[in-house]
Amino acid sequence: MSWPESIYTTLKALDVRQVAYVPDGGHATLLRLLHDDPALRCVPLTTEEEGVAMLAGAWLGGQRGVLLMQSSGVGNCVNMLSLVRTCHFPLLTLITMRGEYGEFNPWQVPMGSTTEQVLRLMDVQVLRADVAEEVGPTVSAAARMAYLGGTPMAVLLSQKLVGAKVFTE
Amino acid sequence: MSGLLPRTLDRRAVVARVLAGRRDLAVVSGLGAPTYDVAAAGDHERNFYLWGAMGGAAMIGLGLALAQPETPVLVITGDGEMLMGFGALATIGAQRPGNLSILVLDNGLYEETGAQLTHTVLGTDLASVAAGCGITDTVTMDHMEQLGGFAERAHRLGNAPAFAVARIAPSHALKVLPTRDGAYLKARMRQSFGQDIG
Repeated sequence: MSWPESIYTTLKALDVRQVAYVPDGGHATLLRLLHDDPALRCVPLTTEEEGVAMLAGAWLGGQRGVLLMQSSGVGNCVNMLSLVRTCHFPLLTLITMRGEYGEFNPWQVPMGSTTEQVLRLMDVQVLRADVAEEVGPTVSAAARMAYLGGTPMAVLLSQKLVGAKVFTE
Repeated sequence: MSGLLPRTLDRRAVVARVLAGRRDLAVVSGLGAPTYDVAAAGDHERNFYLWGAMGGAAMIGLGLALAQPETPVLVITGDGEMLMGFGALATIGAQRPGNLSILVLDNGLYEETGAQLTHTVLGTDLASVAAGCGITDTVTMDHMEQLGGFAERAHRLGNAPAFAVARIAPSHALKVLPTRDGAYLKARMRQSFGQDIG
């Protein structure tokens, strides 16, 4: 099973119903799997903080959701994360990393190099997956901490992982 | 330059009229005066009052509407809050949930912060923006007699989202302050849908 398939399987096993995303090349395979599933509502966003708010609304209505984005999107989410923290919403976000390993575009480095710090500053706990075998278990662990424990969780999918599996195809 | 026309509607009267006779309706209110207006119309287990997260009201409404497709969801927010989350109109226009309505109380002012002008008196027509995003059921209201259609629509399921702008006068209505405990507001909304407190 590829690592995008392991994420899809994990999200299905945990009854995730809403997927909010700003696309990233690293998430392309996963997004195809999610869009092909009629039981999921996949919602493209114009900016990432929309997804933080949307998944709060989903939880109000009793549904679990996940937010997919690239590391640059984390900066866009900062104030909206006050909603998660103040109301104790169980955020789950899966973030493909740019600007950290072999990045050719220096414009990605400022946000990519501070992604984890920004999340932690806003009280989001961070797990990281660097190799394909870790992805499924790490997403599963984060999802359970979020949905069952109410802890806002981010999983960083490292550029080493994403680059090795997607950009070189 | 319709933005320069005098705004005359009374915000409390508009919100009271739109919420009158509510049954299963769920309401999300944008921070500032819309939250006070919704509280003034009567607290309810399905009111989710925002005190922050500016720009997020419409998207919270979308997530809730998608999660509870048989429940009408109404977002009541201000022009400044809607402007900050403009992209939400494109996102909602793409999803087109038939159980989501948005009411913008448009005074053309950031009244909470000293009555600075907003873009709605500087050239932006919010109903046109919504229509341009594919939300075709739009109306701009200047008189109480115009409220009936939207007020009726907001309480039932439709085929597509509805968007209304009520052009309201500046107001010195007393602040009616609901609880700021977001976790409590979340829990009671969820319980109203038969969920645990989450």
